[in-house]
Amino acid sequence: MSSPVVHAHHAPEGFIRRYVFSLDHKVIGIQYYFLGLFSVFIGMFLSLLMRYHMVNPTVSVAWMAKLWPTAAAGGVMTPELYLSLMTMHGTIMVFFVLTTVPQSGFGNYMLPIQIGAEDMAFPVLNMMSFWTTFLALVVMIAAFFVEGGAPLSGWTAYPPLSAAGRVTGPGEGMGQNLWILSIAIFCGASLMGAINFISTTVDLRCKGMTLMRMPLTCWTWLVTAILGLLGFAVLLAAGVLLLLDRLAGSSFFLPAGMMISDRILADHKGGSPLLWQHLFWFFGHPEVYIAILPGMGVTSQLLSTFSRKPIFGYKAMVYAILSIGFLGFLVWGHHMFMSGMNPYSAMAFATLTMCIGVPSAIKTFNWLGTLWGGKIHFTTAMLFALGFVSLFVTGGVSGIFLGQPALDLYFHDTYFVVGHFHMIMGVAAIFGMFAGTFYWFPKMYGRMMNETLGKIHFYLTFIGVYCIFTPMHYLGIAGNPRRYSAFTDVEYLGGLIPVHQFMTYAAYFTAAVQLIFVVNLFWSLMKGPKAPVNPWNATTLEWTVPSPPPFDNFAGVHPVVNHGPYEYSVPGAASDFIMQTDPPSAVPSEH
Amino acid sequence: MGMPGILTHDVLKGPPPPPAEGGWGGDGSPEGFGASRKASFTALFVLLAASTMVFAAFTSAFVVRRGMSDDWISTPKPPILFVNTLVLLASSAVLEIARRTLRSGERSRFNAWWSAGTLLGILFLVGQALAWRELKDAGVFVATNPSSSFFYVLTACHAFHLLGGITALVWVDVQALRLSLGPAKRTAIDVSAVFWHFLDGLWIYLMILFYVWG
Repeated sequence: MSSPVVHAHHAPEGFIRRYVFSLDHKVIGIQYYFLGLFSVFIGMFLSLLMRYHMVNPTVSVAWMAKLWPTAAAGGVMTPELYLSLMTMHGTIMVFFVLTTVPQSGFGNYMLPIQIGAEDMAFPVLNMMSFWTTFLALVVMIAAFFVEGGAPLSGWTAYPPLSAAGRVTGPGEGMGQNLWILSIAIFCGASLMGAINFISTTVDLRCKGMTLMRMPLTCWTWLVTAILGLLGFAVLLAAGVLLLLDRLAGSSFFLPAGMMISDRILADHKGGSPLLWQHLFWFFGHPEVYIAILPGMGVTSQLLSTFSRKPIFGYKAMVYAILSIGFLGFLVWGHHMFMSGMNPYSAMAFATLTMCIGVPSAIKTFNWLGTLWGGKIHFTTAMLFALGFVSLFVTGGVSGIFLGQPALDLYFHDTYFVVGHFHMIMGVAAIFGMFAGTFYWFPKMYGRMMNETLGKIHFYLTFIGVYCIFTPMHYLGIAGNPRRYSAFTDVEYLGGLIPVHQFMTYAAYFTAAVQLIFVVNLFWSLMKGPKAPVNPWNATTLEWTVPSPPPFDNFAGVHPVVNHGPYEYSVPGAASDFIMQTDPPSAVPSEH
Repeated sequence: MGMPGILTHDVLKGPPPPPAEGGWGGDGSPEGFGASRKASFTALFVLLAASTMVFAAFTSAFVVRRGMSDDWISTPKPPILFVNTLVLLASSAVLEIARRTLRSGERSRFNAWWSAGTLLGILFLVGQALAWRELKDAGVFVATNPSSSFFYVLTACHAFHLLGGITALVWVDVQALRLSLGPAKRTAIDVSAVFWHFLDGLWIYLMILFYVWG
């Protein structure tokens, strides 16, 4: 912090400009965070309804009939309602939680500070990006309230189900239109966000902040922004074509001679449902990395900080992030082994899929190498980062099974896949968010979270999610199909009902213990002890500014960076951590 | 550092070289956060990458849809498309002349050329609307045939991009006619001109696609 004061910017006056239509990246980051928090509870509620119904398919629930007078007439949900809950659970979780919080929430708040900038490169665009996301969420939730209710076609919206209109099911009228519209709006918001993330990282780094001195979090946010930029553009194009098939009568995805519900659809011919799958998964696979990469960045940051050791193999980590991002665009076909693709294509996609195992393993080994011999501090944030590694490995190993075409043909439509993607994309990413929350909360709100509540929450959640999702792999191997609303009438699945009951109880339990987190979050916001500037003795730039940081982050001072991001326990140094802004002489051997 | 970065160099010659240790010093612009020429160009190229992906996705759908089916009937293209193409190319050329006149300091001639380029851009959109009307009168709609579906989708998506481009051109024009084009706003000139040239190239690509495969 050696530069003279240039010009401190001050926050605008007035509640609306300051907290609602704010241009401050920190406020926008918090807005995204709470949008995600709201969404995750909706998504979780939907999953509990599904899990309840699966083990009590005939029990009448009075309030369900009030919520859905037609779809749950008599208090028992129809299979169509189950499918619409499944669709909305997946959509809300993937887009408005996994895509939104790690990148737009934490990234927005921390990226400019970590690279020593006053704000994002385009603050107005940043504000528009948030409010566009908000609009997308409103449109998505509105799908519940239109005639016929929410769509049934899953978060992947496969045609012909998603394209043929009302004839394919109750939610396939206006509900599906709103779904596509919401996703299109979300694509626009994501584009605006990506422009900001990339321009900011490329052009606004402070003096001395070379690319190879950026914290790994910044690397993951950068690569995630590039993936979002290229992926969401393709999803937008696909969404436009799907909407035209529904509203303008075109035939991009609808073939001739379809018979649905005893009706022949004569208006369409020649289209290809597979075309949608290709376009969708060209976006959909990078989307998986959009969800998980920022969690990897946070995990790297935390394992190094709380082991008091430099990250093992910083450069290898950067190249691994870049190769995961690149390979992510070459493997979309592994979601389509069931589509009857040429076995040679399947082999190519399978081989490329195995290749992603290499950078993933590099990351895992480097995390273990970072922990090895470290002075590990088991803070709540660290526990969640360790939990992330555990879930990433568990979910990754089942991915190796699914990447084999011969095995995938058997597993694809079973619970094995549900277990796999919930472990690696859902829960691992959520653990990354929890880790980020406990780590950065003191900086964001100037108060500490309660560690005891945090640890109770961690252990119960960790046990809970393994209890929910591990049995799914067993169910899948036993042949239990996914996307079905009930199994009680299927003889060969009868023996598996107790497993489903166990998972449902585990889901109730895990959902309930999230209340501990909510209490901790809001209690700490108001009553938590004041946070010092650098509670974790960490090295990166956000820990050089007050908690919470001033409006322009550095109060007009331009930081100068002299060190890498993870200089812990440097031999001969005065303390066990060297801030990035410390003078070069802080490292005795360097000069 | 110390001096406000953006005013210490001529923006038309580009930003100062980066400090030896990498990093750009956070710009330090006193007139607003991150309002730097370099970031604007980065944003522009990021935007162009996204637009390219949208059209790449449409193209791959086009190729697959055409290759997989036996119901593809080539849509008769309205001849006015060639006139429109010339108008669009002319608009790019005129905008480029405008930028050169500004570089040699002739502000009033810049205003005239830029206004002319903007008008040509609007004229192109009018021409596209005429082309659509011609197709409509011939009974060719979105759902008529896959080739007409793609024709409408691609031209509409291009026109949507053009609306954004025209908004930028008009904004620059208003600033120019008000004689309020400070050095900082010259970035807007360059960014909108490069975006416009991109749309030009995109249109040539679409014309080739329509006439060779459509």
